[in-house]
Amino acid sequence: MRGEATIEVNGLRKRFGPTLALDGMSFTVRPGRVTGFVGPNGAGKSTTMRVVLGLDAADEGTALVGGRPYRSLREPLRHVGALLDAAALQPSRSARGHLLWLAHSQGLGARRVDEVIEQVGLRSAARRKAGGFSLGMRQRLGIAAALLGDPPVLMLDEPVNGLDPEGVIWIRGLLRSLAAQGRAVLVSSHLMGELQGTADHLIVVGRGRVIADTGVTELIAAVSRGRVAVRTPEPERAMRTLARAGATVTVSGSDALAVSRSETFAASGNGPLTVSGGEAFAVSGGEAFAVSGGDLLTVSGLPGERIVALLTADSVPFSEVVAQRATLEEAYLELTRDAVEFHAGTGREAVR
Amino acid sequence: MTFAYGWRSLARLSRAEWTKFRTVRGWVLGMAVAVLVTVGLGLFSASGSHSSCGGPSDVCPAVPLGPGGEAVDDKFFFVHRTLDGDGSITVRVTSLTGRIRLPDATPGVRRVVPGVEPWAKAGVMIKDGTRQGAAYAALMVTGRHGVRMQHDFVHDTAGGRSGVSQAAPRWLRLTRAGDELTGYESADGTRWAKVGTARPAGLPAAVQVGLFAACPGDLTVRQADLGGAVAALRFAEATAAFDHVAVRGGTSGGSWRDDDIGAEREPGGAIHHPGGATRAGGVFTVTGNGDIAPRTDGQMVEKTLSGLLAGLIVVIVVAVVFVTAEYRRGLIRTTLLAGPRRGRTLTAKAVVIAAVTFAAGVAAAGVTVPLGAHILRANGDYLLPVGPLTDLRVVAGTAALLAVTAVLALALGTVFRRSAVAITGAIALVVLPRILATTSVLPVDASRWLLRVTPAAGFALQQSVPAYPQVTAFYSPQAGYYPLAPWAGFAVSCGYAVLALALAALVLRRRDA
Repeated sequence: MRGEATIEVNGLRKRFGPTLALDGMSFTVRPGRVTGFVGPNGAGKSTTMRVVLGLDAADEGTALVGGRPYRSLREPLRHVGALLDAAALQPSRSARGHLLWLAHSQGLGARRVDEVIEQVGLRSAARRKAGGFSLGMRQRLGIAAALLGDPPVLMLDEPVNGLDPEGVIWIRGLLRSLAAQGRAVLVSSHLMGELQGTADHLIVVGRGRVIADTGVTELIAAVSRGRVAVRTPEPERAMRTLARAGATVTVSGSDALAVSRSETFAASGNGPLTVSGGEAFAVSGGEAFAVSGGDLLTVSGLPGERIVALLTADSVPFSEVVAQRATLEEAYLELTRDAVEFHAGTGREAVR
Repeated sequence: MTFAYGWRSLARLSRAEWTKFRTVRGWVLGMAVAVLVTVGLGLFSASGSHSSCGGPSDVCPAVPLGPGGEAVDDKFFFVHRTLDGDGSITVRVTSLTGRIRLPDATPGVRRVVPGVEPWAKAGVMIKDGTRQGAAYAALMVTGRHGVRMQHDFVHDTAGGRSGVSQAAPRWLRLTRAGDELTGYESADGTRWAKVGTARPAGLPAAVQVGLFAACPGDLTVRQADLGGAVAALRFAEATAAFDHVAVRGGTSGGSWRDDDIGAEREPGGAIHHPGGATRAGGVFTVTGNGDIAPRTDGQMVEKTLSGLLAGLIVVIVVAVVFVTAEYRRGLIRTTLLAGPRRGRTLTAKAVVIAAVTFAAGVAAAGVTVPLGAHILRANGDYLLPVGPLTDLRVVAGTAALLAVTAVLALALGTVFRRSAVAITGAIALVVLPRILATTSVLPVDASRWLLRVTPAAGFALQQSVPAYPQVTAFYSPQAGYYPLAPWAGFAVSCGYAVLALALAALVLRRRDA
């Protein structure tokens, strides 16, 4: 693979009139993994990408691809593949024609064009005018353009946008396989959920700067802060027992848990697990989807195993003990709350 | 970045831009429309142009051609004898007078006033026989342009600036040595100054040597009420008196003969506007009218390209949209990702639009010029003949003009990013001045000025027949005469295109995409 598969962004600052779009944006995208680039609309994701790609000039700072500024790259599409705006097409030009001129600009031939058309599944539509394409087909065409030069670095701005469920699954698999080949893959999104299950690493941005640059696992763990949900018909006894052991316990009410991924410690079998009649307790592959009945306590400061042991020892009945894992979406909302609030505000701070 | 890489990169980007162009059917069709409009309108207007010369046979008299193949006027009064081999003729010109016919004040009564036309001419001549259009060299005094040496219709060398009168006569001598003729002038017949030399085409050993007088018509140009101008040419003649006439060399004792070269005969057989000569006591008096000069009366081949302006507008639209469509769709970003060296990418675009329009222009003009000329001739129109190189220049020049205009339009499209503004701008810069200058809307001077300083100057490339300063005619833009020489006019257009492209490159580099 030509060149180093990295993107290095260092101290980018850019002002659009009174708005500070980039305020010291710095991060590095490494090869071999999918890096999610998330933040609310207006956080500076697209501007950063445009600066990296040499389309916009930053007022300060540097952006290097494989160690070099984009504008200095020879045959740049062989170094970086980018999808910025899937709608950027000449409507009367065929998909194949679009890829063909791009290929010719990089000294590539029609054979490579047919390969990427095949790869993104557009063969039957290749000779049709791009103006008639659905958003999903345009995304596929944009991805084909990004893959054209077989680049070690890929930058995709909101690639999932407009894809049908089948397309979403396809692109997730594609991104993972591209990363597995050792490429650096940067995928932006304003919806964290889109990156769940795809990104290995996250760069969360807000107000034109990086808020978090962390692995997905670490991020979720950090936001979850080791909270465990305990469902019990005797909340007062449970609280006493757990508080004695040093835990912080709050009553969350009796709402059903609605978490997409959570692990249950309840089915250990040796405790006096009490299940009242008529209460549903569904366990499927270690994931609890809906539980009702009893009060819900949120316990922090004790691991799930210890809670089960303490409650069992004191004979406190409980129906469920769940280590609460925040979703990526929750983690993201937590992280970007300030940024969003700022953007919803007067913007006075921007002119400092 | 190495030099070789730069070229390879430009070649790749140009190929990409060509692929872009040919994969949008509308643009390809647009070029085809530009060609068809140019050809169609040109041939249509040619087929609507008819001429006839009247008379019982309705056959136009053949126009004489000069040694260079150009159409010529060759009408003068010639008093001549044969000269075999080397020799010379020497004369003293003591007067040059003339008459000009003005518009009749009373119908049917001729109003003739004395006067000498600026280009009235009389002097000595050596000519390859008396056939119209035959090679010659002549040394002459003129009404207001001093002594001149002219040969083979298009060549003119200035001698002394003084006129001629009884008090200040002028001596003229024309010598032949092999193929070379040399002209001398003198105020006193002893001290001679060389005026110039000439090598008339294919002069045989035996030539005619003698005295001549000719006088072009009197040209008046009147400013028309609504701009433009009206030119009128009236009959004029010149009379010169010669003495001290001496011919040296092989004259083999032949005598002087008078010939009214190129005289037109009226239906009754009489000569229309005859010249004449008298000899008395060594004094020759010769009166002549007409001119010895390249002909300006006739159509020019480039008139067949009247549809070009419509084609040009289509070309402008395609060239502008070639770039503004990218801005409209956001595709310019993709273009700049593929070619981040923006000046080079813009150059590639310019190369492609120039090449495409040049090819379209060659197709359009290459069909229109010969076919239109054929139609005009078939309709009885007289086309001033031009050489194959001039035909080629008109065709290639038309194509080059399209290409340069397309580059200008592309540059404007890049600067403004909006089709409407850029198209309007390009039309205002190129098409509008040309229309204003060549229709009778503006005064002639304003028209000439427009064709000097606007990108429309490049239309000069189409002018097939040059304007000759020594030939009396109304060389107006309306008549197809441009103020700048073909390549100078083209250089002006190129200058605009290069400037606009440089500005576009600067703007493109500085602007966030």
